[in-house]
Amino acid sequence: MATKLPKTDIVLVGVGWVGGIIAAELTKKGYKVVGIERGKERSTEDYFMAHDELRYADRKEMMQDLSKETLTFRHNTTQRALPYREWGSFLIGEGTGGSGEHWNGQTFRFLPYDFEIYSETVKRYGKGKIPKGMMLQDWGITYKELEPYFDKFDAMTGIGGEPNPLPGSPQVKYPNPPMLETPVTALFKSATKDLGYHPYHMPSNNLTQPYTNPDGIARSACQYCGFCERFGCEYGAKASPVVTVLPVAKETGNFEVRPHCVVRKVLHTNGKATGVLYVDTRTGEEFIQEADVVVVSAYQMNNIKLLLNSQLGRPYDPVTGTGVIGRNYAYQTYLGTAVGFFDKDFNMYAGAGALGAQIDDFNGDFFDHTDLDFLHGATIHITQLGDRPIANNHVPPNVPSWGKEFKDASVQNANRALIIKAQGASLPWQDNYIDQDPTYKDAFGDPLLRMTFNWKDQDRQLMKFMGEKCAEIMKQMGAKEVKMTGDEIGDYDIRNYQSTHNTGGVIMGADPETSALNSYLQMWDCENVFVPGASAFAQNSGYNPTNTVGALAYRAAEGIEKYLKTGGSLV
Amino acid sequence: MSEQKKKAPYLDKRSSRRTFIKNSGLTVGGVVLGGALGSLLGKDSSETNETGVHSAAAGVNFNQALMYFDKAQFDTIDAATEQIFPKTEVGPGAKELLVAYYIDHQLAGSFGLNSREYMTGPFFPAEAVPQQGYQTHLNRQQVFNLGITALNTEAAKKSDEKPKFANLTEEQQIEILKDFEADKVKLSGAVSSSFFFTLLRKVTIEGVYADPMYGGNKDMAGWKMKNFPGHQTNYMNVLEKDEFVKIAPMSLNSQHQH
Repeated sequence: MATKLPKTDIVLVGVGWVGGIIAAELTKKGYKVVGIERGKERSTEDYFMAHDELRYADRKEMMQDLSKETLTFRHNTTQRALPYREWGSFLIGEGTGGSGEHWNGQTFRFLPYDFEIYSETVKRYGKGKIPKGMMLQDWGITYKELEPYFDKFDAMTGIGGEPNPLPGSPQVKYPNPPMLETPVTALFKSATKDLGYHPYHMPSNNLTQPYTNPDGIARSACQYCGFCERFGCEYGAKASPVVTVLPVAKETGNFEVRPHCVVRKVLHTNGKATGVLYVDTRTGEEFIQEADVVVVSAYQMNNIKLLLNSQLGRPYDPVTGTGVIGRNYAYQTYLGTAVGFFDKDFNMYAGAGALGAQIDDFNGDFFDHTDLDFLHGATIHITQLGDRPIANNHVPPNVPSWGKEFKDASVQNANRALIIKAQGASLPWQDNYIDQDPTYKDAFGDPLLRMTFNWKDQDRQLMKFMGEKCAEIMKQMGAKEVKMTGDEIGDYDIRNYQSTHNTGGVIMGADPETSALNSYLQMWDCENVFVPGASAFAQNSGYNPTNTVGALAYRAAEGIEKYLKTGGSLV
Repeated sequence: MSEQKKKAPYLDKRSSRRTFIKNSGLTVGGVVLGGALGSLLGKDSSETNETGVHSAAAGVNFNQALMYFDKAQFDTIDAATEQIFPKTEVGPGAKELLVAYYIDHQLAGSFGLNSREYMTGPFFPAEAVPQQGYQTHLNRQQVFNLGITALNTEAAKKSDEKPKFANLTEEQQIEILKDFEADKVKLSGAVSSSFFFTLLRKVTIEGVYADPMYGGNKDMAGWKMKNFPGHQTNYMNVLEKDEFVKIAPMSLNSQHQH
C-alpha cells in the first residue's frame, strides 16, 4: 500500500531543464514544488574526473540504466519490435539536470516557419506539396508569441552568439559575445562566403565570459577543455540546470528534490489529476504525492510512457491517424556529412561543445522547394568539440576500418580531418509513432514504449541534397580528399549514435482532435497536467531542441501560475 | 633501495614462489598439484627475485595480470588485436599498448556482464534485423568465449598440426579475421562472427586510447601517436593559433593527487 504524503502545489516528474525552470519560476512566486527525479542529485564536484572518454562517452556514465528500463523498436508494423538493449542512436540522461547536464550547449531558436509549418507550406506551394501520410501541422503558437520566453532562457543561461546574417532570419540579441574564432571556423566561414552563403558563429551555452544572470547566479567562462558532450562540466561554464535554475529554486526554501525516485503513474479522476504514484528505488517503498498541478517534465520518451501508463489522453492509432498520445514522433535527419582530409594539422584536441560555425541558407524555407522532392531542410555546420581519440578515427575513402593501413591513416589524420554535418529537420508521418509494447516490461512490470520509425524518401532526399552541399563546402575549404555521406541512406539504424533530439508524441496545437496540449502545454483532456518538453514539438527542425524546450518551459510556468489562480482551460 | 628491501618481507629470498604455493595450500601431501601453477615450479626461485616481481622501482606493471581470460584466451586476443591495430612506423600496436589486458579487465566487470544493458527476454536473434542492434541473450563475456573458440577452430584448419590462432602467420590471422568480419564463420551460439568482430574492433580501439588507468594505452603511447594531450584543464591559448601546438599528455592520475 502506497504511503500518502502531504499535498503540495506542484509536483514535477523529472528535474532537468523543464523541471528546473518551472521549479525556479514558481518557487520564486511562493509556490511549493516537489521534484521527483529517477537519478541521483548531481553537482559540479561530480565532474572532477570528467575527462575520461571511456567512462562518459563509451560507457555512458550519465545515462539511464537500461537494465531497468528501455524501449522497443521496429521499422514498421510488420516487423517484431525488439528492445533497445544497449545505448546507440540516442542517449537519455538521468540525475538532476537530466540531459541538460551532458548536452553540448548548441542553442538555437526554432524558426517562425517551424511553428506554422503547415500554413506556410500551403501558402507558398499549395496543399499538393505535402505528400500523403505526412502529418504536418501548426503548433498553436507563433514565434512572435514565444519570443519573450526565448529571451528569458537566453538571459538565464547566458548564451554567447552573434546575429545570423541570413536575410529573413530572426534577429536575436545574445547576452554574451560568440565563442573564439579558430582556424577551422574561419576556414569554413571564408569558404561558405565564397559560395554566396551566410555563415555565423554557432550560439553557445558554454559561457564565453564570466556572467551573472538575472537571478544573480554567477558562473565562470568556458576553458575549451574539449570534454562537453556526454560529460558534465567541472567549471560550471556549460549552462545546466544544476548551475542555473536549481540553486535558485532551492534558495527560496520552497523546493524539495526527491532523488532516486521513479514515477510510475499520474493519478487522476474525472479529468483531473490528484498527484503521482512513485517508488523510492532505495527502499522499494511506494508513495503518493498529491498536488494541485502535475508537471510531466521527464525526457521526451518518458513523458509519453508515463501518460500511456496512466491512461491519460487518447492513445494514437496509426491506422486511422486519430488519437494523440504517441502521435508525430520525429527525430533528427542528420546523416548528410562530408569529411575532409587536409595537408595541415589543426589543434583538433581543443574545443568546446558549442564551438562552431554554420549556415542556415538551406534550413526551413529559406530556399525554394518548388523543384525539390523534400520539405524543410538542414543547418550546415562545422564544429570543434575536441576530437577525442576513441571516437575520432577518420580515414580517407577506400581505407579499410582495421589493420595496418587503417592504423596509419587514422593516426596520421588525427588532427587533419574536418567534418561538416547537416542537421536536418525530421517531419512527422502517420506511421512513425510510439505506443506501448505488448511484450516487454520495465523493472516495475510496466510496459515499455514501442517505437515504430523509419526514414522516408523525404529524409533520404534531404540527406543526399545536404551531403552534397557539405561536400561542396569542404572542397571549397581546400580539402585534398573528401568523403561524403547521405547518398546511400537505407533503414534507420538504432545502433549508431546520431542525435539525442527525439521529439513529439505529446504535441501541442490549436485543435484537441490533433494535439494533446494547448499553447500553455496544458493537457486538453486533464486541465491540471502540463507536459512541456520536446515531446510537445509538432515536428522537428534543423536545430538543436534545447532552446525551444526552454522557451516552452517558461511559457508553461506562466500557464501554471495562471491556472493555480483561475483554474480551468487556459485557452 | 637496499633499505627498502629489508623492510619489505615479500622481497626476502626466503619468500620464494615455492613457499608461496606451500603456504597457500596448493599442495596435497607435499606433492605440488599440476596445472597452471605447476609449470612455475620448474623455474629457479631466485630468478623471481632477480626480476623484481614486486618491485615497482623495476618498472613492473601490476596491471599485467588476468582477471577474466585464461592464458590461451589471452594469447588469442593479444594476437587478434595486434592485427586490428598493428605496430607500424607511426607507433606501437595493440600488444605493446597492452590492449589485451585492457579487454580482459573490461570483460571481468560490468561491461562483460552487461549489467547496465536491458537483458530481459524473450530474445529473437534470428528474427532481428541488424539495425535493431544487440539481440542475443549472451553477455559480452560469453560472446568473447565463443569468438575466441571459433578463432582457434578456424586456425586449426590451417594445417595438420592444428595450430592455435596465436601461432599462425600474420597473413593467416588476417585472413581469419576478414572471414569473421564478413560473417563467413559460424559461432557455436546465438551470435554471429561479424557481431563478435565489431565488438572486438571496438574494444581494441578503446584499449589503445582510453586513459591508462584502465590498463591499456601503455605510458600514454596511444595518445602520443595522435598528439592527443589527454587530460588538460584549458586550451584557451591554443585555439586561435594557426600552427599546431604539441602538448605533452597527462592522464587522470595527474588530477588525482592522492
